[in-house]
Amino acid sequence: MSAPGDEPLLRVEDLHVEFPTEDGVVHAVDGVTYQVRRGRTLGIVGESGSGKTVSSLTTLGLTRTQGARVSGRIMFDGRDLVTLSDQQLRAVRGNEVAMIFQDPLSSLHPLFRVGSQLVEAIRAHRHVSKAAARGRAVELLGLVGIPDPQRRVHEYPHEFSGGMRQRAMIAMALANEPKLLIADEPTTALDVTVQAQILALLQRLQRELGMAIVIITHDLGVVAEMADDIAVMYAGRIVETASAKALFDGPEHPYTWGLLKSIPRLSGAREEQLVPIPGAPPSLIHRPSGCHFHPRCPYAQPDHARIDPRLQPVADEPSHHVACLLDDAVRRRLWAELRNGATPEQARASVGLPAPDLESAQAPA
Amino acid sequence: MSATAPLLQVRGLVKHFPIRQGVILQRKIGAVQAVDGLDFEVRRGETLGLVGETGCGKSTTARLITRLLEPTSGAIDFEGRDISHLKRASLKAVRREVQMIFQDPYSSLNPRKTIGSIIGEPFAIHGLLKDRAERKREVQRLMETVGLNPEHYNRYPHEFSGGQRQRIGVARALALEPKLLIADEPVSALDVSIQAQVLNLLRDLQRRLGLTIVFIAHDLSVVRHMCDRVAVMYLGKIVEIGAGDELYDFPRHPYTGALLAAVPHADPSRHGEQRRILGGDVPSPANPPSACRFHTRCPKAQALCSQQEPRLERKGSPIPGRAGTLVACHFPLTREEAEGMGVRSAR
Repeated sequence: MSAPGDEPLLRVEDLHVEFPTEDGVVHAVDGVTYQVRRGRTLGIVGESGSGKTVSSLTTLGLTRTQGARVSGRIMFDGRDLVTLSDQQLRAVRGNEVAMIFQDPLSSLHPLFRVGSQLVEAIRAHRHVSKAAARGRAVELLGLVGIPDPQRRVHEYPHEFSGGMRQRAMIAMALANEPKLLIADEPTTALDVTVQAQILALLQRLQRELGMAIVIITHDLGVVAEMADDIAVMYAGRIVETASAKALFDGPEHPYTWGLLKSIPRLSGAREEQLVPIPGAPPSLIHRPSGCHFHPRCPYAQPDHARIDPRLQPVADEPSHHVACLLDDAVRRRLWAELRNGATPEQARASVGLPAPDLESAQAPA
Repeated sequence: MSATAPLLQVRGLVKHFPIRQGVILQRKIGAVQAVDGLDFEVRRGETLGLVGETGCGKSTTARLITRLLEPTSGAIDFEGRDISHLKRASLKAVRREVQMIFQDPYSSLNPRKTIGSIIGEPFAIHGLLKDRAERKREVQRLMETVGLNPEHYNRYPHEFSGGQRQRIGVARALALEPKLLIADEPVSALDVSIQAQVLNLLRDLQRRLGLTIVFIAHDLSVVRHMCDRVAVMYLGKIVEIGAGDELYDFPRHPYTGALLAAVPHADPSRHGEQRRILGGDVPSPANPPSACRFHTRCPKAQALCSQQEPRLERKGSPIPGRAGTLVACHFPLTREEAEGMGVRSAR
């Protein structure tokens, strides 16, 4: 490819994904823009229904069969994946862009040996002999740290443990040396010690093979460990994006604050109360007006229910973007208070913000 | 009995599930040793955490204490009386005192019943509050206690979000004012922001009602937040048990250390920090390693570890004035080793 080195590998621009259903149109992804640099890791964080998985599935054209209406651009290495035919996309999928999923057991075919599934993945994109592909399969299993790959290549998925299956899935994803690996909750189904093994494996493979990674997760610990850049999604939109360091040092969006204050920590005072986000995530059919987060936001003001915030750069941090209607200076004072252990009410009072009308957040959906 | 006696005392608790082979004449060819000799106590008013990875036996333990399973051997003393082999009426009486909250708020509520009748079900089972108006009043009071709108008495489970459903489960468990509450992974199916709501509710109820809770979870940060004392399980055995702050600040069992070191921190300044990652997988409980079950993965294992099973005993703490935890290990971690593994709370 003749693309210059500073051109991002993947650039998603104003992506919309809608699913027409009997109950109405589900706005799963609503104007999402992000980019992934070559050899780097982007973490997409969000809760269930935030659109983080749908945006990645769409990158690979995997929402096409579900009647999704897609608009926007997905520029990968100089091509717009949205406009490719199914056949052209098949040549990209599993080859230049690969994906691993949360549940490795349901991603592997139970009736075929792990080796045959690897051979199939290799021969789908390369014209090599079966014997050569088998040799490559053994090599791949060794690469992902499966002991005794010569023997394990002949085994069935049920003979692998959960961690081993996820390693096998990673081996399959790496079969054709992708430039981009999309990992959707790759460790959520795994125990914590196995999770540490898989995360370390992904980091080592990225160093050795130089691929870019998009890691999708709800776990802030996992993104802090893995990602160079982070995008926080809420109700189908990116509400904040920054480098990992900037995001954890100085988060700007009230939703990001809410996530950070909701998780118990392994160190620090145990008596510190968790500060949950009130209410529940909104329906993607009937979305709240204005800022989608306003019904749950402790700092929402009356006009936040009318005005739709856009993702804008934060004062003196050009690479840090936030979609929030609060004033930059007010936000920083609020976070300074929260960081020192203030409750949202105390923070609001000390900054002099009037209390929002949170009534609508209390009613069940 | 004295007020300081533990509410629950578990002695030598064992549960083996037989593995059978054959169609007509089923021969027993082995056993899954899900729980293999547990000793612990739960004191009145405390929260005891049980942590461990898949297959360590923590859920089996919950089902044994609530007598949803019959133990293979051992004793479960509840208020000084062994309940491990009770039948029918006397078991029903115990079930009033011991209630459970389940992991999945979707499958643990009957979709065809209103939440009023779900929360009121324990009264019906135990023949209490027969007067309908009185029962409704009590159910609505419970709904208020757990933060649900009492006007939603006649709604069905599908009308509620995951977090609200878990509140319904909590209200149902509290209906009979149990002395002991067993919570088996109560928040692991919930989103982060909702998880905090339910954790705060449980902690608040525990303080207000003086509940005794056995809190089972795989998430070490959640357990630290919730529990006064913590027991770490590995392959059906307790490897370490002690006060939460002692165990988290200074783990003595190499497995506890490895678990703590494996938790990713929401703090990128610790990016790339050196830590020891435990290799391998948990062995099968149908064929566990001899003696110390952790010796096949343990960085400190020596010959003795595969020959003689270590007993759960106090090995002291390097921090003056602290008692330390009970640990089942021949060669417990020193403070330097715990820090070297990357246990970040040890600093």
